[in-house]
Amino acid sequence: MNKKKNLLRNDAFQSLIASVICILLGLLVGYIVLLVINPEGAGQAILAVLKNYLNFPSAPAAKKYLGGTLVSFAPLLMCSLSVLFAYKVGFFNIGAAGQYVVGAAAALYTAIAFEWNWVFCTIAAIVVGLIWGAIVGLFKAYCSVNEVISGIMLNWIGLYLTNSLLSQVKDPLTPYTYNLKDVNPSAKIPSLGLEQLFSNNQYVTIAIPMAVVMAILIWIMLDKSRIGYELKATGFNKNAAKYSGMNEKKNTIMTLAISGGLAGLGAAFQYLSGIEQWATTQTSVPGMGFNGIAAAFLGGLSPIGTIFSSYFIQHITNGGGYVDKMVYCSQISDFISAIIIYMCGFVFFFKLWLNRMLDKRDEKKGGNN
Amino acid sequence: MTILIQYTLIFAAILILVALGGCYSEHSGVINIGLEGIMVMGAFGGALVMQALDPGIPGILMIFVVMLVAIVFGMIYSLLLAVAAIHFRADQTLVGTAMNMLGTAASTVAVRAINSADDPNNVSSALSYGAQKAAFTKMIGSYELNLFIPITVVILIIANVVLYKTKFGLRLMACGEHPQAADSVGINVFVMRYAGVLISGALGGLGGIVYITTGVSEWKFEYGVAGFGFLALAVMIFGQWKPTRIALAALLFGLFRALSNVYIAFDVLTNLNIPGYMYNMMPYVVSLIVLAFTSKTSRAPKAEGIPYDKGLR
Repeated sequence: MNKKKNLLRNDAFQSLIASVICILLGLLVGYIVLLVINPEGAGQAILAVLKNYLNFPSAPAAKKYLGGTLVSFAPLLMCSLSVLFAYKVGFFNIGAAGQYVVGAAAALYTAIAFEWNWVFCTIAAIVVGLIWGAIVGLFKAYCSVNEVISGIMLNWIGLYLTNSLLSQVKDPLTPYTYNLKDVNPSAKIPSLGLEQLFSNNQYVTIAIPMAVVMAILIWIMLDKSRIGYELKATGFNKNAAKYSGMNEKKNTIMTLAISGGLAGLGAAFQYLSGIEQWATTQTSVPGMGFNGIAAAFLGGLSPIGTIFSSYFIQHITNGGGYVDKMVYCSQISDFISAIIIYMCGFVFFFKLWLNRMLDKRDEKKGGNN
Repeated sequence: MTILIQYTLIFAAILILVALGGCYSEHSGVINIGLEGIMVMGAFGGALVMQALDPGIPGILMIFVVMLVAIVFGMIYSLLLAVAAIHFRADQTLVGTAMNMLGTAASTVAVRAINSADDPNNVSSALSYGAQKAAFTKMIGSYELNLFIPITVVILIIANVVLYKTKFGLRLMACGEHPQAADSVGINVFVMRYAGVLISGALGGLGGIVYITTGVSEWKFEYGVAGFGFLALAVMIFGQWKPTRIALAALLFGLFRALSNVYIAFDVLTNLNIPGYMYNMMPYVVSLIVLAFTSKTSRAPKAEGIPYDKGLR
């Protein structure tokens, strides 16, 4: 009994329960919507979303599509780390979406126009993302501009700049940028044999393990290092941090710059894997950064938890492609993701309520003894 | 030239509607990042009923019904924010972001389901309302007046009067400035915040339907409303949360937006050789710069974004 109480009191465990409840509610609402659209195939459709690559009966095909999910999992993980890192220091980096966009511009432009090697393209993406994040930080530190608002503005500025820059390196016949495979194969992140594990899925690269390593590094940085401690202290109480000798302006800019760099790296992972070309006619900011917000909160704002939540979000996003297109549409997984992130808003209240219940129970027990 | 004025005025009208919505919500103390999603939902409801109505019915009835439905859809959708932010102390930015994602996803799923229920081969996410839309405009000489422009002017005046000259408006603003003080003199902060969010839902929903019926006769819901809700947010801040200034800011931003659509028609502008994306980008750049200069002395409601906790009184 005592043991169980301790487990329920554990914050990490509470986060886990909360996330599982969010997911279940998201799936339930998604299922109800499917039922309303067409009751006959609803069960099958929600299973198709959940099964994703397992929809393929043959093992090699399933492995190949698992690889496909993992390819986009890597950038999503980076975006959610970007959101998480800033949030731990007290900033809501909604600008991750735009930092991802300009990262894509840098990666693809240097790859196609300058024919750089993938290492330099990746660095370019990080640096540009870093700068885009630092702008938010500068505005915050020196002009007290709310980071959410400047982030939103920079998302759109980034989108229009990226569209116009990448128009110079696009295929004249389509709105898409050139395929890296045709113009500069050296810009593609290498796979070092990793693709063989996934039935030679050509898009599987070392970006996937690199993203996981980054998650662990962020965890170490935030939880085990002096700088992480300082940053978190700044987020917890800006004035207290200032009076104990920490440079809060510098910390603000640095946090948002690192956060932007992570999102930029995410873009390099996506676009330098070759799985996607940039459509220069895009009229809205790609959802990757916003999904990053979902994954960060679903992962209980822990870098390690984020690895699992990012995978889950990407898993159902890809799974949406397998519903019966004649009856339903693939956006059902966006719908489920959106419900899940909405539910994440209630986690704080849920924990409060859970702790209050536990307190009450303990009080009762105390009285009986 | 007329076309530029036409576009500027209608874009400004939409921005005024949605930004006023944001203004009411923020004055009550709730940040509404979800305006984009609310617009999509209002547009969805409005377009749905437009498609169903007979184009032959009197214009005034058409406008009334479509407005009503869009407003109701926006209000119901904004309840998602109200409940989470007011009762459950949720992070308002997080909930707003979720609502933006949900608006586009839910309307796409719904429109596609409706389309393919009518015709199994129709898997598009578009609703069309070309004939019905005629009721929204009136020709005055060679100038095509969109009736939502005068409607917006009326709403703007009402919004301004309500906010500054009525008990309700002043109480609403008190809840965004210092909810504890408001509560101590007997104002129900929760009710006021609900009112603020619901008004933003109504105006956001209305703005949504006006937006998608401007210039085009069908709308693909996959595209959401292409960032217009965020632009309205910029207008609101540029207007320093004041209805009259919001109107001026909306005219300026509306002009930029209109230029991006029609600049090719002007020799002077094409000769300047400014690429089209610059016009799209300009409102965001301008508001960022203005924010940099004004944020330190910003007139933002002081308690916005902070859940009201009676225990802190």
